[in-house]
Amino acid sequence: MALKPAEVEKIAHLARLAIDPVDVDQYARNLSDILAFVEQLEAVDAADVTPMAHPLEATQRLRPDVVTETDQRTHFQAGAPAVEAGLYLVPRVIE
Amino acid sequence: MQWEAVIGLEIHAQLATKSKIFSGASTAYGAAPNTQACAVDLGLPGVLPVLNEEAVRMAASFGLATHATVAPRSVFARKNYFYPDLPKGYQISQYELPIVHTGYLDIELEDGETRRIGITRAHLEEDAGKSLHEGFHGVTGIDLNRAGTPLLEIVSEPDLRSAKEAVAYMKKLHSLVRYLEICDGNMQEGSFRCDANVSIRRRGEHRFGTRAEIKNINSFRFVERAINFEIERQIEVLESGGAVVQETRLYDAGKDETRSMRTKEEANDYRYFPDPDLLPVELDAAFIEAVRKTLPELPDAKKSRFMEQYGLSAYDAGVLTASREMADYYEAVVEASKVEGKLAANWVMGELSAALNRDGIEVEDSPIDARAFAGLLQRIGDNTISGKIAKTVFEAMWAGEGDADAVIEAKGLKQITDTGAIEQMIREVIEANPQQVEQYRSGKDKLFGFFVGQVMKASKGKANPAEVNKLLKQLLDE
Repeated sequence: MALKPAEVEKIAHLARLAIDPVDVDQYARNLSDILAFVEQLEAVDAADVTPMAHPLEATQRLRPDVVTETDQRTHFQAGAPAVEAGLYLVPRVIE
Repeated sequence: MQWEAVIGLEIHAQLATKSKIFSGASTAYGAAPNTQACAVDLGLPGVLPVLNEEAVRMAASFGLATHATVAPRSVFARKNYFYPDLPKGYQISQYELPIVHTGYLDIELEDGETRRIGITRAHLEEDAGKSLHEGFHGVTGIDLNRAGTPLLEIVSEPDLRSAKEAVAYMKKLHSLVRYLEICDGNMQEGSFRCDANVSIRRRGEHRFGTRAEIKNINSFRFVERAINFEIERQIEVLESGGAVVQETRLYDAGKDETRSMRTKEEANDYRYFPDPDLLPVELDAAFIEAVRKTLPELPDAKKSRFMEQYGLSAYDAGVLTASREMADYYEAVVEASKVEGKLAANWVMGELSAALNRDGIEVEDSPIDARAFAGLLQRIGDNTISGKIAKTVFEAMWAGEGDADAVIEAKGLKQITDTGAIEQMIREVIEANPQQVEQYRSGKDKLFGFFVGQVMKASKGKANPAEVNKLLKQLLDE
């Protein structure tokens, strides 16, 4: 399966990646090579194999329901570009 | 043309944990903005999510209560989209392997019929923060206190056929999560939110029509109105030769209409994949059995028991078990008063519920507690007061004038059962109304009620009605 330039542009947009138009063809070739490799893997009969969700042979550890975090707003907001009344300010997103 | 609506609901129930689903920040409602958003909730680099055991237990208890499968293995996935109330650029949710799947809920319709509504799945996920658009001159303010609050998203099968059924299902689910104590059900605070998928098709058609999704409807009343509006809108579109567009619509309660949200560009391309930060969740049989043991008596079981044990109708038992608090109150009243179940039911559903509604009070905060209420019913049961006088006593108790006996004593409301005194009153009434007596004696039987009324009036409602009836009959027939 070969990716078209338009598909590369769409994927880049979904991931909010700015790519230089001159690089699009090369990305398309590289990504298509990866997909071709995946196609090769599809030749293996995996009908009886449980899909792997994680490479580690381990299961999720759970933590007790206890509040352990204290208010560090001042600390966190020191690195924010804009704050007001305790809120983080971002470009207007109303639809 | 006969149209049939096909409706499925997605309900987001905020789980009542103390801390967030993947971090140790507090979930308490109403804190100052961003004071409960820690490094994990903010999606800062280098942090890792650790799953809250209590959220898992709550999801499992919901699964068991809805006859669903609690998955021995479930997987968290990343749902990718960019929005500032979601700082990581993805929401941690579950996709192919949810923690709960394939269950059902039986709902009762107004005509008494029962319908089984399938529950496709219920999965754990994190809530997003809040965006505030007002008052920030061209920018948006973000509060991430809610980000990371655990949600159970409960997805129904498209089994609902009307707005009324959808509301019945939603109410039943609301009651269930509160019985299970996994969600406070507070709709104003957004703890229990609903999205509705609505489509229509010709009656008899098996394929589904194109659906519209109505987002974030925050009251039972609005769910009914939004769905009804949407059904009408789609019928109009189809009957005028148009086609329903698959889209997300927003319900505007002020205008009572749904309207299209500007379709987000490629909005549904979420590119889910298993979250590499979280391992698969495995629940063994022992864990699930331990959760099963903690389940309280559930609404359906309680309703059946109330019918059996207290001789109540299905309707009465349904009303009294709609909330756990109401059911507990009722049982405490019956146990303490030893009066008949039906008498207690009438009073709890009648005077008490009316007063609670009128003053906007929850039953657990009732100014008349179950023991005091039982005291009032006992005085009806042992004929100290009539049902009519009891209403006066109830109002006084509600106003804080003391328990039933104190009110009866202070206001002199004790029922007159002394036959001599009642006979005296009856004789006076007979003497004062010779014309009616004559008419009655010449066959006008319905005047009997008139005499009962006169005697009760003379006694200020305090004469024992049974005694009045008996003596009046005797004396009039003399």
